[in-house]
Amino acid sequence: MKKLGVPIGVLVILVWCLLPVVWIISLSFKSEESVTAGNPGFLPSDGTNAGWDNYNKVLTDDLYDFFPRAIINSIGISLIATTLSVIVATLAAYAIARLEFKGKKLVLTMSLAIAMFPVVSLIGPLFDMWRTFGIYDTWLGLIIPYMSFTLPLAIWTLSAFFREIPWEMEQAAQVDGATSWQAFRKVIVPLAAPGVFTAAILTFFFAWNDFVFGISLTSTESARPIPASLAFFVGADPFNRPASLLAAAAVISTIPIIIIVLLFQRKIVAGLTSGAVKG
Amino acid sequence: MTTLTAPAPTGNKPVISDRSRAENRLGQKLIAPAIVLMLLVTAFPMLRAIYLSVFDYSLTAPDDREFVGLSNYLTALTDPLFWQTTGITVLYMVVTVAVELVIGFIFAMVMHRVIFARGVIRTSILIPYGIVTVVSGFAWQFAFTSTNGFVNGWLPGISADFNWFGETNSAVIAIMVSEIWKTTPFMSLLLLAGLAQISEDMLEAAQVDGATWWQRLWKVIIPNMRAAIMVAVLFRALDAYRIFDNIFVMTNGAQKTESISFLTYRQTIEQFQLGMGSALSVLLFLSVLLVAFLIVRLFRVDLAAARQEG
Repeated sequence: MKKLGVPIGVLVILVWCLLPVVWIISLSFKSEESVTAGNPGFLPSDGTNAGWDNYNKVLTDDLYDFFPRAIINSIGISLIATTLSVIVATLAAYAIARLEFKGKKLVLTMSLAIAMFPVVSLIGPLFDMWRTFGIYDTWLGLIIPYMSFTLPLAIWTLSAFFREIPWEMEQAAQVDGATSWQAFRKVIVPLAAPGVFTAAILTFFFAWNDFVFGISLTSTESARPIPASLAFFVGADPFNRPASLLAAAAVISTIPIIIIVLLFQRKIVAGLTSGAVKG
Repeated sequence: MTTLTAPAPTGNKPVISDRSRAENRLGQKLIAPAIVLMLLVTAFPMLRAIYLSVFDYSLTAPDDREFVGLSNYLTALTDPLFWQTTGITVLYMVVTVAVELVIGFIFAMVMHRVIFARGVIRTSILIPYGIVTVVSGFAWQFAFTSTNGFVNGWLPGISADFNWFGETNSAVIAIMVSEIWKTTPFMSLLLLAGLAQISEDMLEAAQVDGATWWQRLWKVIIPNMRAAIMVAVLFRALDAYRIFDNIFVMTNGAQKTESISFLTYRQTIEQFQLGMGSALSVLLFLSVLLVAFLIVRLFRVDLAAARQEG
């Protein structure tokens, strides 16, 4: 019993985590006609395997031309927001980890408050403000809120990493005549790069996942990101969503996440746990 | 006035060196962009929401904006719909966090003990964490449908054409399943970090003294990872209280599955009632504050641990 506990646990974790993913992949291969008629079961029933048809359709059919555009929007907006957010957070986290200054408590308290902020309560005023500023339904209109809401996570993760850096090297550089700023840029930035990279991954996940801002602050396909665009898939029957096409689109939107997770799982776990619980 | 008071601090306190003054200035300069960005998108719109909430203001008739005082709040607070959505939101929060805490803890224990295939487990547990919530919502919604799903076929005692989204209870369960699936990994990773802090010596000592597995769990492991549990509960509870994506995708608020976030969204974006929507925004904000306060008080969460101060 005791020896079997861990292997069974591992099996349960794997099934729990992967079953819904396998399911959505399986659904994406059910043919569109069979899904409209009803095609229950985990795997496509006999003769209803559509191959790559659903993928072809969501990527090339004129009816769904908003989806390829949404992929571009999502990639562009998420990458820009991630880059800017990580730059701003790196500056702040360096100050928090290394410098004594007034207002340190304020940043930490504010980040904590914002991490818990109910985003939906902001969309009304933001909707109004963004229309006044002329950035409603633009990339910028989404990049700004994504930056603000990823900053807390990025600042925590980064300041946790920065505390582990051997700072004597910075002092050594200063003894050799470098200013505080030079020591930061030439010595610390290269040392901090792995932490910065982890913060960037977590930030990217947030931006890629966002739905509330995506659906409220866009009105056309010019800035609508993938999660919001998925709500606009309509099939022949307006009351019955085209499940297999949606599944194909969902799988496409998950590919970047799976690649990042496969490549950087160790870093992501380190980042998630260091940011939230002090080790 | 200033000329009289200015020299006083230098007299009482040690003279501030140029270096520490420069450090103070550099520190403030480095955090300034972060502060500005965070305030621009939260504090400023929140103040604007408070301002708009005292108007009868609809985007379909912006010129008819009219000051109505607190009547939007009164309307909301006396409407049974508001209390019903608040109730269902609290239900989502309590059930999902409780289930996730149990499953997440079991997962964390397994991951802590396992010596093989650590990379594979880490990778698989990060997939639900990284996956888009809307995708999780769709995957589970289709899984629960009788037309194309598999849940009815797999669950014993459920007829093949049972409609999960036809009534409140089953629809709420379906939404909770998606929410729990997606966020349990986050919970288990936070708990794993807490488990890693427990010294093996202490566990061995307990074992030598004859403590059973169950006693070790309750007397050694759980008390020693209290901080990690509390932080995980606080984060997840506030996250669950804001539940929106899964409801939007899976039921669109039908069958009384609507959460307080969803009600606010519907008033503001779908019905263009910016005045009423803003009042609901303020109420949502206040209720999140209340929930945070209650959790911190109830469980005496050590916020310094969450903020990794010190």
